Amino acid sequence: MSTLEEYAAAAAPAPLTREDLLPEGEVKWCPGCGNYGILTAFQKVLPGLGLPREQFVFVSGIGCSSRFPYYINTFGFHTIHGRAPAVATGIKLANPELSVWVITGDGDALSIGGNHFIHALRRNMDLKIILFNNRIYGLTKGQYSPTSQFGVTTKTSPLGVPDYPFSPVRLALAAGATLVARTFDADQNHLQATLAAVAQHKGAAFVEVWQNCPVFNDGVFDDIIGKSFRQEKVVYLQEGEPLRFGQDKGQVLIANGRGMQAVPWEQATPDTVIRHDPDHADATVAFMLADMEEQGLPVPMGILRRVRKPSYDEIMADQGAPAGSVPDISALLGRLEGWTIAER
Amino acid sequence: MTTQGIQEIPHDRQQLERVTVRFAGDSGDGMQLVGGLFASEAAWMGNDLGTLPDFPAEVRAPSGTVAAVSGFQIQIGASTVHTPGEESDVLVAMNPAALRAGLKSLRLGGVVLFNTSSLSERSLQKAGLSPEDLDAMRRHHQVIDVEMSRLCQLAVADTGLTKAQAERCKNFFALGLLSWMLHRDISPTVRWIQSKFAKKPAFADANVKALEAGYRCGENAELAAALPLYHVPEAAMAPGRYANLTGNQAMVYGLMAAACRSKRPIFLGSYPITPATDILHEMIRLRQDGVTVFQAEDEIAAVCSAIGASYSGQIGVTSTSGPGFTLKQEALGLAVMTELPLVVLDIARAGPSTGMPTKTEQSDLLQALHGRHGEAPVFVLAASSPADCFAVAYEAVRLALTYMTPVVVLSDSYLANGSEPFRIPAAEELPAITVALHQDATAFLPYGRDPVTLARPWAVPGTRGLEHRIGGLEKEENTGKVSHDPANHEAMMRLRAAKIHKAAASLPPVQVMGDPQAPVLLVGWGSTLGAITEAREQLQQDGIAVAQVHLTHLNPLPPNLEKVLRSYERVIVPEVNSGQLAAILRERFLIPTIGFNRIQGLPLRARDIHAFVLRTMEESQHVHA
Ligand code: SF4
Repeated sequence: MSTLEEYAAAAAPAPLTREDLLPEGEVKWCPGCGNYGILTAFQKVLPGLGLPREQFVFVSGIGCSSRFPYYINTFGFHTIHGRAPAVATGIKLANPELSVWVITGDGDALSIGGNHFIHALRRNMDLKIILFNNRIYGLTKGQYSPTSQFGVTTKTSPLGVPDYPFSPVRLALAAGATLVARTFDADQNHLQATLAAVAQHKGAAFVEVWQNCPVFNDGVFDDIIGKSFRQEKVVYLQEGEPLRFGQDKGQVLIANGRGMQAVPWEQATPDTVIRHDPDHADATVAFMLADMEEQGLPVPMGILRRVRKPSYDEIMADQGAPAGSVPDISALLGRLEGWTIAER
Repeated sequence: MTTQGIQEIPHDRQQLERVTVRFAGDSGDGMQLVGGLFASEAAWMGNDLGTLPDFPAEVRAPSGTVAAVSGFQIQIGASTVHTPGEESDVLVAMNPAALRAGLKSLRLGGVVLFNTSSLSERSLQKAGLSPEDLDAMRRHHQVIDVEMSRLCQLAVADTGLTKAQAERCKNFFALGLLSWMLHRDISPTVRWIQSKFAKKPAFADANVKALEAGYRCGENAELAAALPLYHVPEAAMAPGRYANLTGNQAMVYGLMAAACRSKRPIFLGSYPITPATDILHEMIRLRQDGVTVFQAEDEIAAVCSAIGASYSGQIGVTSTSGPGFTLKQEALGLAVMTELPLVVLDIARAGPSTGMPTKTEQSDLLQALHGRHGEAPVFVLAASSPADCFAVAYEAVRLALTYMTPVVVLSDSYLANGSEPFRIPAAEELPAITVALHQDATAFLPYGRDPVTLARPWAVPGTRGLEHRIGGLEKEENTGKVSHDPANHEAMMRLRAAKIHKAAASLPPVQVMGDPQAPVLLVGWGSTLGAITEAREQLQQDGIAVAQVHLTHLNPLPPNLEKVLRSYERVIVPEVNSGQLAAILRERFLIPTIGFNRIQGLPLRARDIHAFVLRTMEESQHVHA
């Protein structure tokens, strides 16, 4: 090193760029798969977070979505079916400094991995769990998943799916996630804004990303997010704003005493209009938002709920268990109640 | 404390080499507590010892019934004690149910200290005993009637305790009486009571009074005539500091010692399961000492969190028993594929399925060796005594970190709950564990290897320039990229196997115990060491030459094992299963093995092994004749 500047330049790495995150090999999702858009959003969002590349860990289970870690040049762990939240928990607890993201799918998170999913959220584990929901098993070529809608025909439901689907956001809210959001693959801006907000959250964050699988479940969300429907069928959640949608935002969702109801914007009164407040401690409205699709109301996209409470690693630190320290065995054994046999 | 050594031995006492005592009472009677304190008294007098609790299977079975009896057995000796004893010589029975349960393992003519205050029509009925049964017991054993509850009440009358509280001191009364009978000094117990109840002086006072009353009552005229008095001289223990540890406790300290020596933190991911739960309890107690403990939602999450922690640079450990081990097997395959260190502690119990959860069995050996899909070789070790759990846990961490691979440690409920004196090593006595996290980003190859150990680099998240991907898909050698290449797969399969098998050369050779020239070799593994050793020593005393080896490493097997096995005419393999090691040795070395197998959820008994060896030798003589 010849000068101090050079030394400083070498010590402080160049800021992370999109190019740094590009995969070493080929991305092997099917052409047109919604996963590509999600990958792009990550490549755009991560550089803006101010963290060096080595601090990011992407952990996944099994399924099309779970190939994600191979396609982003950070630390990555492609684990086994359903278990990514459990592996991610160990990674996070062993090094709480890391930014740990779980990439999962509807089958991986909600079927085989349901238990780990709910418990990671319940513990407020500081993980960002991103569920690519395409409502089908893609990698095994087209069987129904726990989010496939009742009655649809798939390879394993020729007479229609006989079971009722999970609502991922409702499940996440009920399990205690401290951030719950929904977005979709076709809206790059919204996707990026959502991921950026999630990145800032401390605690268990959950994002459901509606993702199109053009091969086995093409257009499954089209009647809501399709270009010609979106305006009428989607409410973009904006902090402090009423829940307006429709042409010229002419419609609004109001509280009607039992739930929500859509009315023309002119009919809304200050008493009935709901201004979106994701940070509200009370989860009642968040549950109502999560329920809207089932009620046939427009589907909310954005952050449904975001509250701050101590995360598991913070609680551990509070309880005085320092992550990463090494025991002093002499002191430890010295404390054992015991006796001494003297030399004879 | 330093042991007091033995003072002069009173001439009116019979000197014994060994004695086995069983405490039996209702689950609420505090038998485990006084059993443990008796162990301290014996240790303080310089005896070697082994203990084993016998817990009721139900949490709160109806009191006064046989199902609610809690037992604690201890053998103390004037020389090396190999087991907690098989038949007991002395039984302390706090009620009729305890009497009935305890008599099953009392030797004919053994002594019973029986709390007759508990006798009533109702208590006999609850125990399923008739007065005639009692008479029969009295004919076969020396039953010594002591009104323990009443005498205890009298002794603590002036301490201000309620009648119910005073009744609860009777276990100390019993301990006092037993201590008098066996000539053990009660002062360690007095000290323990005083420190334990420092904040409740009335309780301290009452318990000490009960203890002393029990001790003195042995001298009272009526009793003195009936009560046999014994003395067990001190044993020649190696000098040093000792603690009485259960197998599960020793396991925890072994892990902690390895963390200290390798300078890597320990992470335990675990889910409660009998008989492994005490490992979780003990670890959480030590959390301020530098250990991360995570109580997971299930067995799978427990092992997966440990794998995650290992990936992050800690020593990932998970503890379980048979059913939980089965659930973890898929994740073990992941750890094999990703070549991460991992220690799985399987504290086995009687299976299959829920089986007999509080009973012991050695039936997980094949599961440990072959329980995974694909071919996924791991190191397998077994602990052979409670204190040995320390060394084996330590060795497991050493292997996991040195070779970057999962290690399975087998213990069982007999070792887990049993205790014996553990000589506390100095940190310097422990073998070095050298391990370094990879730092160098130049030409970094995630699946490059150490030429000697074949270990890949431990490259943890957060290290600049080492960003890479791992996972369950087959890896390309060196680069670690996903590969479906047929030749690469075969190379990697052979490499993963070689990693384990190459390590054999660096393992300690098995040592032959007993007479190396004998025609018969006893081969054991795990918790049968005590019983097999005792059987072998007995045979030698009877003038029958027998050799013995005991295996700690079950995969890979020690390098000299084949040579040793081939040096004997007969190879007998005693196991608490239907012949798993016997089958492995036959398969591996093509030598005939003779299994001695018991599958009753109980530890092997030395005398059964003894009898089996004699029978086998007779049969072979007939064949030769
Ligand atoms: S099967 Fe569907 S989800 Fe999977 S990669 Fe192809 S398009 Fe994407």
